[in-house]
Amino acid sequence: MKHSKTGEPLVVVSGAKKSFGHFEALKDVSLSVERGEVLCVIGPSGSGKSTLLRCINLLERIEGGAIFIDGEMIGYRRSADKLYPLQDAELARQRRKTAMVFQRFNLFPHLTAAENIAVGPIRVLNENPKAAREHALALLDSVGLAAKRDAYPAELSGGQQQRVAIARALAMRPQLILFDEPTSALDPELVGDVLKVIRDLAASGMTMIVVTHELGFAREVGHRVAFMDHGRIVEIGDARAVLENPAQQRTREFIAAVRS
Amino acid sequence: MQKTSYDISGLTIVTPRNYGRIFAVLCICLALAGIAHAFAVGQIEWSYVAEFLTFPAILTGLVNTVVMAILAMVVGIALGVIFAIMRLSDNLVLRNVAIGYIWFFRAVPALLQLLIWFNLALIFPNFGIPGLFSVKTVSVMTPFLAALLGLGIQQGAFTAEVVRAGLLSVDRGQYEAAQSIGMTRMMMLRYIIMPQAMRVIVPPIGNEFIGMVKLTSLASVIQFSEILYSAQTVYYANNRVIELLIVSAIWYVIVVTILSLIQIWIERHFDRGIRPINHKK
Ligand SMILES: Nc1ncnc2c1ncn2[C@@H]1O[C@H](COP(=O)(O)OP(=O)(O)OP(=O)(O)O)[C@@H](O)[C@H]1O
Ligand SMILES: [Mg+2]
Repeated sequence: MKHSKTGEPLVVVSGAKKSFGHFEALKDVSLSVERGEVLCVIGPSGSGKSTLLRCINLLERIEGGAIFIDGEMIGYRRSADKLYPLQDAELARQRRKTAMVFQRFNLFPHLTAAENIAVGPIRVLNENPKAAREHALALLDSVGLAAKRDAYPAELSGGQQQRVAIARALAMRPQLILFDEPTSALDPELVGDVLKVIRDLAASGMTMIVVTHELGFAREVGHRVAFMDHGRIVEIGDARAVLENPAQQRTREFIAAVRS
Repeated sequence: MQKTSYDISGLTIVTPRNYGRIFAVLCICLALAGIAHAFAVGQIEWSYVAEFLTFPAILTGLVNTVVMAILAMVVGIALGVIFAIMRLSDNLVLRNVAIGYIWFFRAVPALLQLLIWFNLALIFPNFGIPGLFSVKTVSVMTPFLAALLGLGIQQGAFTAEVVRAGLLSVDRGQYEAAQSIGMTRMMMLRYIIMPQAMRVIVPPIGNEFIGMVKLTSLASVIQFSEILYSAQTVYYANNRVIELLIVSAIWYVIVVTILSLIQIWIERHFDRGIRPINHKK
């Protein structure tokens, strides 16, 4: 294994369930992610990959099972055999442990690149604005966009916007970054720059869950790969093993379909 | 035979003559000239208009109108923002309180609300906290306070709907991105959603502000000495009715023009990042 730190896993998802009306988007999903590990999630459209990330980031609340991050149950507070849904301020505090990078970037259009990155540290973490801005500029530099500090999102290409979004996530110093198909809204020639940034992050030991359709990237950067279908994890294991020699028939079919 | 050329850069562009437009402009000019002539030869002493334009009572009325419009809008916008946020809250109680407020205060005419506030003493002769203090309602409910409450509270009901439309106009992804960096609901509204919603909110609020300047004239019925009430007081004394009405009209036009200019300036401010072509470095 490329990741080495021992101790309890950073993320534990245990029997998570999530329904929209009568539709069960997640049915009994369990997995864990070690510190420093990169887990790639693949699967057909509608299989529940985004829903899983959104539950881990508390944009949705699970209805069954439990999710723990860094040993703390998220979304609820348990007291003996009673469960209390957490309120706004507590949810916001728990969300700070994770950061999310969206398929459609979701940069704040009224703020410049540097302001997009610094707004979280300044408003949420109460960092000194000057220090936050300097950190933002350093992050912009690390994603290769030092020259774009004063550009508004509308003045940036998709690939540049996504790299600013990654810098915005990093600025919150999260323990875990969730990527939801970070390259699927991009033109093919812009994908490489964004994947390079994620690859560098993996090398630096950041814990990540990456939903992706780029199987080559999943094999190269992912320590493990999970294949989801119909709201369940069908197969999870070593990246190479799952992608090159899947144990399940459905995984084989999906990989063959994506490759062709 | 002439050689056919495929380059248009050497040719002269002939602007089409728009005869319809020229005709329309002529008609408008004629009509304006006719109206101007009618007023010039009509029974109006223009020297009185000039004289009373800066008459102290009129200027006091002008200040009262402007101050009342601004304060009533401040109350209206504050209530509008609060009730719009309540209206979109997950909390069933807050949501229904907001729905009730918007329903009631949009339904009752502004003039009627002014009269009710001003005559509140008829319902509650005294008010206060029993055992602590009590005051006579008549002495508190001055024309100024009655006008401020009446105009401000009904304005809040309309503004709440404007603000709600603005909040709904912001993409869901913006709410989620703000939450994902750990913002609480209030931080998200203040730093991320509101600044973007302002683009949608400002033009109708500008409209409402202009409406408010004129709506203050309703307060003349409860003896609040805004500009129209002042003009009336003067013409009861000197009988120069039409001259003083024209004086009032001139001041309303001036105030509204200034407000429109301020609105353009505010709109530019909130266009930041949305139309990068326009923004100045
Ligand atoms: N807010 C919602 N309301 C109703 N149904 C939803 C909602 N969000 C997701 N779903 C449903 O849940 C299922 C899983 O959706 P999800 O977005 O997690 O899929 P996905 O695996 O991310 O797919 P894709 O690869 O297309 O992004 C889908 O069938 C979707 O229609
Ligand atoms: Mg998805």
